[in-house]
Amino acid sequence: MADTATHDVTLGEAFAAEVGSGHHATNTGYTNEKLGMWVFLGSECLLFGGLITTYLLYQDRAVEGPLPKDLYDIPFTSVSSFVLLMSSLTMVLAVSSQVQGDLRRARTWLVGTALLGATFIAGQVYEFTSFVKEGMGYTTNLAASAFYTLTGFHGVHVTVGIIMLASLVALSASGRLGQDRAETVEIVGLYWHFVDVVWILIFTIVYLIT
Amino acid sequence: MSVTDRNDAEVGATDEESETPPDIEAISHVSDWKYIQIAIILAVITAAEVATYYIDTGPLEVPLLIAMMIAKFVLVIMWFMHLKFDSPLFTRTFVAGLAMAVVVYIAVLSMFEFWA
Repeated sequence: MADTATHDVTLGEAFAAEVGSGHHATNTGYTNEKLGMWVFLGSECLLFGGLITTYLLYQDRAVEGPLPKDLYDIPFTSVSSFVLLMSSLTMVLAVSSQVQGDLRRARTWLVGTALLGATFIAGQVYEFTSFVKEGMGYTTNLAASAFYTLTGFHGVHVTVGIIMLASLVALSASGRLGQDRAETVEIVGLYWHFVDVVWILIFTIVYLIT
Repeated sequence: MSVTDRNDAEVGATDEESETPPDIEAISHVSDWKYIQIAIILAVITAAEVATYYIDTGPLEVPLLIAMMIAKFVLVIMWFMHLKFDSPLFTRTFVAGLAMAVVVYIAVLSMFEFWA
């Protein structure tokens, strides 16, 4: 009887400790949230791999209308790529500041990252608009469909990332994202960096290797 | 002092009493200057990539571009995504998905190239 009572108290204390820390204990020593994000990113490799492969297969398939590679504006896309690459720097500096407990600086870097992401999306909207004006719509030919699907999916991922960054800024501003939740910022950062590495692949394979 | 500043101060005070997870502890030893150095290297590689569009490098163009792409990819995942310091479990998880994607899609491309 006494053993059962002691056992109950121990479980209760463990539960309270887990709830208090905001994390469940795992046998890996790392949180389920972080491992879950890495599993998700591994699966995203298959999604973007499929989209890039589809583009490679159809990049020259056009019965009518221009091909995407005939319309590329490499200087413009290079600037967009540079903007997204630098957003990875601001993101990692946000994580670093959060880990060090400098929450005001972390918020500044998070806002900067979101703004750089928004600049990239604005560039993509401009690019798509100019391509449509040049006569390459989504259904003009197979190459155009594959191009818009690939880059559009990436754009949606960047947009989701911006929403997550805005949520972090709102949480931080309301005092609900302290130094103890640095891992939350890191997990969003993992997603953001993944979106950046996917663009590193797209920029080279789709735009530069013709 | 604003409401936000007060909240930050309160959170900072409680944090000192809590244990820091090992992965977060590892990140805290990397300086901001190191991240900036990595970003400069990435920017230089990107500039070199764009240069290949204007400078004729002949048959070396594609191998050069792929090498630079892989270099940028590795730098970002190792330093910015902290795989260099983090648990090998995360590296294995990510590389498993990446390797599966590469193998499956190279097989698909080969099939269309040779049998379609």
